[in-house]
Amino acid sequence: MKMDEQTRPDFPILDRIVNGHRLVYLDSAASSQKPRTVIEAMSQYYATSHANVHRSIHTLGEEATALYEMARDRVQRFIGAASREEVVFTRGTTDGINLVADAVGRTLRPGDEILITDLEHHSNIIPWQMAARDRGATVRSVPVTGEGLLDLDAFERLLGPRTRVVAFAHVSNVLGTILPVARLSAQARRVGALTVVDGAQAAPHLPLDMSSLECDFYTFSSHKMLGPTGVGVLWGRRAALEALEPTRGGGEMIKEVWIDRARWNDLPWRFEPGTPPIAEAVGLMAAIEYLEKLGMERVAEHERALARQTVEVLQAIPGVRVYGPGASVDRGAVVAFSVEGLHPHDVAALLDQEGIAVRAGHHCAQPLMRSLGVVGTARASFSVYSSSEEVSLLAHALASLRTRL
Amino acid sequence: VTSAAGALYGEVIRERWRRPRHRGELPAATAVAEDVNPLCGDRVRMLLHVAEGTVRAARFTGDSCAICTAAADVVAELVEGRTVAEAARLAPDDVLGVLQADIRPTRMRCATLPISVLQQALRP
Repeated sequence: MKMDEQTRPDFPILDRIVNGHRLVYLDSAASSQKPRTVIEAMSQYYATSHANVHRSIHTLGEEATALYEMARDRVQRFIGAASREEVVFTRGTTDGINLVADAVGRTLRPGDEILITDLEHHSNIIPWQMAARDRGATVRSVPVTGEGLLDLDAFERLLGPRTRVVAFAHVSNVLGTILPVARLSAQARRVGALTVVDGAQAAPHLPLDMSSLECDFYTFSSHKMLGPTGVGVLWGRRAALEALEPTRGGGEMIKEVWIDRARWNDLPWRFEPGTPPIAEAVGLMAAIEYLEKLGMERVAEHERALARQTVEVLQAIPGVRVYGPGASVDRGAVVAFSVEGLHPHDVAALLDQEGIAVRAGHHCAQPLMRSLGVVGTARASFSVYSSSEEVSLLAHALASLRTRL
Repeated sequence: VTSAAGALYGEVIRERWRRPRHRGELPAATAVAEDVNPLCGDRVRMLLHVAEGTVRAARFTGDSCAICTAAADVVAELVEGRTVAEAARLAPDDVLGVLQADIRPTRMRCATLPISVLQQALRP
């Protein structure tokens, strides 16, 4: 059975009628839809077990704490982390990058360099600009080749003794390019730089194993991987996390407090001040269970096939241009495209008239848009419930789009 | 098929997007402003030729969607011949009235960007 035939009945929203058509949701890279098990796990948690975690000495407090910490264990197993202490819950990918950038930023000195790439999402650019700004450090960037791949020669040239941090996406949210995380991280380590990987577009789609990726930090969001909004994960190699001085204070992140000083709590709570997103962590646990049942190898294969089909059929439509690596190159579950003579916003609005949801605009990657020479693109993206029929519906709609405005 | 787009944007927007009347450069421009829509990266530049307190000519350039292009075209048309004070009072409703379309909230910035660029150009 095809994966989408198996999964679609689990996603109640896919029955929605939009503008008279059955919803064709091709915007999962922005945020995925949620299976019933995730929605029910959260509502069950609120209906039966909610209380604050960690310091409530009563039955509900213990249940909530057990569920929250069980979610951490599930994440640890899902990403192949060496220990649960390496798994920090955040509010999402952006929050995770900011957490690291804030902490590492305080250790930067004038002349230090932060190396990013031209295909980063703004969330992996701005925190580094902010970190560099006040310390006299510089942000440099690795260009992208005409085929949409990272220029690895330029990466080697730009990497040097001044490089303190190398921050890059595992999978580009626009081009779908998969970056060689282990290779880049090993090279960065040779010059003593920390590596921070934006895994927002990888965690929902690829099997992950932190022990083989070689990076120091890896961060992703729940809401793009079938889970709820408001929670994400920052994984850090234990030594790298221990070397970080916390920059966010509050309850839970301390052991002992005096008026003028405090002692930090152990990992991972040291980086989780305040009441965490408990119900969201419970929802994320259900999402991970759902993905594990499908098997991430199968998920990756399903989405790879959809991306390949999309590249092939869209390229064949006159006036449609597809960005990023060709059909023969493995890519993530996104395909960016444009229609000659039409602005991406109009493409998205016209497709919406047929119930087809795609993203349009700069995708929070303006430097990449500039290097592609466009203001924006449209983008189709996939998840476990996306089907080959939906790709055909998109292609069919696009074929006649230019005559519609 | 055409009716779907007609229902989406209305005839005025479609017509002005296909054949804008005030798109182009204005070598005699005395006031110029440019801004972007952070939502989508759309860029609109308004060029005004102001003489003796009156907007003698107005043009726009830029890279923008159908709604934004049509709105810029309407703004340029509405300000030509008006005094600077009158032009500065131009409001989103004046433009939306001409466009005769039901603009969705998510696209409202597309329709109002040209007015905010006009106001920047008119600022002394």
